[in-house]
Amino acid sequence: MTLAPSPASRGTVLAALGAVRPPLSVVAEAECLAAFETDAYIQVRETPLAAVLPESEAEVIALVRALAPIGVPVVTRGAGTGISGGAIPHADGVLAVLTRLRAIVRIDAAARLAVVEPGVPNAQVSEAARPAGLHFAPDPSSQVVSTIGGNIAENAGGVHCLKYGLTVHNVLGVRLVDGEGELLEIGGEALDAPGYDLLALVTGSEGNLGLITRATLRLLPRPESTQTVLAAFDTVKAGAEAVGAIIGAGLVPAALEMMDRVVIDACERYMALGLPKADALLLVEVDGGREEAGEALGQVEALLAAAGATEVRVAKDDDERAKLWKSRKGAFAALASVLPDYYTMDGTIPRRALPEVLEAVYALGREYGLTIGNVFHAGDGNMHPCIFYDATKPGEFERSEELGGKILELCIDHGGTITGEHGVGLEKLKQMCLQFREGEIAAFHDVKRVFDPAGILNPGKAVPTLKRCAEWGGMHVRAGRVPRPDIPRF
Amino acid sequence: MSDFIAQIAERVREHAARKSPLRIRGGGTKDFLGATGAGEPLDLSSYAGIVAYEPRELVLTVRAGTRISDIERALEAEGQMLPFEPPRFGEAATIGGTVACNLSGPRRPYAGAARDFVLGARIVNGKGEDLSFGGRVIKNVAGYDVSRLMAGAFGTLGVLTELSFKVLPRPAAEATLAFEMDEAAMIEAVNRWAGQPLPLSATAWESGVLRVRLSGAASAVAAARAKLGGADVPEGADYWQSLREQALPFFGGDAPLWRLSVAQTAEPLGLTMPQLVEWGGGQRWLRGEAELGPMRDAAQKARGHATRFRGGERTAGVFHPLAPAIAKIHRRLKEAFDPAGILNPGRMDNF
Ligand SMILES: Cc1cc2nc3c(=O)[nH]c(=O)nc-3n(C[C@H](O)[C@H](O)[C@H](O)COP(=O)(O)OP(=O)(O)OC[C@H]3O[C@@H](n4cnc5c(N)ncnc54)[C@H](O)[C@@H]3O)c2cc1C
Repeated sequence: MTLAPSPASRGTVLAALGAVRPPLSVVAEAECLAAFETDAYIQVRETPLAAVLPESEAEVIALVRALAPIGVPVVTRGAGTGISGGAIPHADGVLAVLTRLRAIVRIDAAARLAVVEPGVPNAQVSEAARPAGLHFAPDPSSQVVSTIGGNIAENAGGVHCLKYGLTVHNVLGVRLVDGEGELLEIGGEALDAPGYDLLALVTGSEGNLGLITRATLRLLPRPESTQTVLAAFDTVKAGAEAVGAIIGAGLVPAALEMMDRVVIDACERYMALGLPKADALLLVEVDGGREEAGEALGQVEALLAAAGATEVRVAKDDDERAKLWKSRKGAFAALASVLPDYYTMDGTIPRRALPEVLEAVYALGREYGLTIGNVFHAGDGNMHPCIFYDATKPGEFERSEELGGKILELCIDHGGTITGEHGVGLEKLKQMCLQFREGEIAAFHDVKRVFDPAGILNPGKAVPTLKRCAEWGGMHVRAGRVPRPDIPRF
Repeated sequence: MSDFIAQIAERVREHAARKSPLRIRGGGTKDFLGATGAGEPLDLSSYAGIVAYEPRELVLTVRAGTRISDIERALEAEGQMLPFEPPRFGEAATIGGTVACNLSGPRRPYAGAARDFVLGARIVNGKGEDLSFGGRVIKNVAGYDVSRLMAGAFGTLGVLTELSFKVLPRPAAEATLAFEMDEAAMIEAVNRWAGQPLPLSATAWESGVLRVRLSGAASAVAAARAKLGGADVPEGADYWQSLREQALPFFGGDAPLWRLSVAQTAEPLGLTMPQLVEWGGGQRWLRGEAELGPMRDAAQKARGHATRFRGGERTAGVFHPLAPAIAKIHRRLKEAFDPAGILNPGRMDNF
């Protein structure tokens, strides 16, 4: 069990922070702290005792060393775009806001790597690398604001990870301040490091194992040519089958994105893009050398037609490509026009189960009387069902949350996972008890204790306590009779 | 739980109670690698077979004792491959041992290492618990990434029993080109090319000759060939196969083999030993008796680390020493996963 630190008084915490030399930049006024009370999981809000905005790695170390001895929780925050509540403050703790650490230390074009501070927004790395013909491949839709520190902490994905991998595949090294205030240099410029793969553990650790103060990122050459196709289908099932056919043919598209009717209609209302009328739209992007991308495009067009596409649009130039992408990239903004409030899920399932799971998702929506729209990374089975609700109607949010939980259980039942890229945070603690057994949960706590023996880093997030799992009844009800035992969980 | 895994778990618990070490073994083809460990053998080679393989999902799940050759045959039948091109070092090589050593072949810098393709791992930890981490889907961030942690842990944190991987289609075409150039020019060239959209899939340099492999769509390979020039190597496939298996003359004989994993752009090391450089400059093999100190210094200067890969003194100091803060984390991880210290103790020097 992770120890819950007993709360230190506000006075003690402020005194400890105030004693740090050179002085830290501390925010303690309630009005100023309000800016940090939530992230993109806006359903939960909390005010920390104080926020600190370090200006250097040394200040991050000093901050942790000031708070660790008195057991004060430290929650790290990047841009606060996380969707699972990872950056939501702890009421008895301090929020470490790392956005002032935003230097691009260097771009080494020959070695194809970038050394950056954690507060650098994702898109700025690719911008800085552009003159060298390089880019940082992970491209979460939030890339203009979300930070490299947050991307690593969540192992962020994006629309191009089927071919180019997740954040974990594109990071060579990090510097991390652990829960004892010790600086760990993990990985570096070589392709591997001696000892255990700590980089894998830290990536996706949601601020629980340490504060990332610097990262060495792998840069890839920008593809010479990119071809983008939009295809319309009469049914979501037909679209999902087209995805299987493309991959079955030996192609690995750079992107394979799908949107359903609810999302298409919302985009059309919001942006008037002139999208085809369809129940499902599939966006396929292939890239590589000019000849290669051209050849792949021909294959994709043929496969789409064979899979029953009712319309296929090929972008002729960058402008047209941007237009095709506009629907996908703007989808989440457009969805806000359906109802002001929605709740985005993030389960992943084996791709072959897509039609069946989507059917079940729509059925759940009907059962709960809530609209669900689906926009997802079809190539890797990562679904983002968006549940619409009206926060002004009493009980509606709670219903949407319950429905969301059911969707995640559906993902587990089909051999998938409760989160493909958004993380567990506060949001999916309950479902962790369903996806994992007691032994794995205990092992996660062991890992946490290795980096953070006192349990001060982001306590209460990412991994539920066994006690809470027992209270929720998740493990107890399911122990020994996991649904679909024929589908191994790992 | 399968009977086999239940038996393994029982055996581990028994050994943990007695603090009696176990030496985990697949095909035994990597016995040469790592420090000499002690303990009673724990044989995984009979736990073999493909658990699930769905070519359209690009996902493969296998038992740890499955031979690499059997896996590659099954994948090849569907036009797919393990993208990290694992060396076998013997027909008996199993997937469990390969992952435990995080062994990757010539394609590594352009496709990724074994660890990059691991999606899930089922393990028996040092307490004899049967645990499953990760999953069978390509994107999964639930829980810490313990399955990737197992890659390269040499079995010191858990007995691998089942593993899931992302697999990829085999390239439609391949070609090998050769260039005469000295080491410094080679390092410059392979890094420059890696920064361009070229279908590179391997590089190797020895005795003043650089070989480059191109893999991808036929049109892409043809275009890159025209662009790069160089001489065609008709027996290219054999060369890469021999490199992967360390069957080239360079690897022959008994002289110790050193592996220096360094920054790809690091200058020539300047050691007066026979050398073969692959992985776009990132993996430098050296032959000969040498003191640990200078080899480690050379690796560190090149922003990397040194391993005594084969031969030589193997009781300790096989791997590069860890910085104190990193060693602290290692000690605690070992303590957490294997509190009795019975899983392959000493195989990773101190762990
Ligand atoms: C509109 C929108 C679209 C999105 N699209 C995608 C998408 O396509 N793919 C995707 O994967 N995600 C997506 N996200 C989710 C989110 O943007 C990512 O999780 C992102 O990586 C979070 O970065 P951040 O800087 O905002 O981190 P924050 O939200 O500030 O923090 C996220 C977590 O990381 C920790 N953390 C932050 N910085 C550090 C650090 N330096 N060291 C240690 N821990 C740290 C925090 O404690 C917290 O647990 C989207 C979010 C929004 C709002």
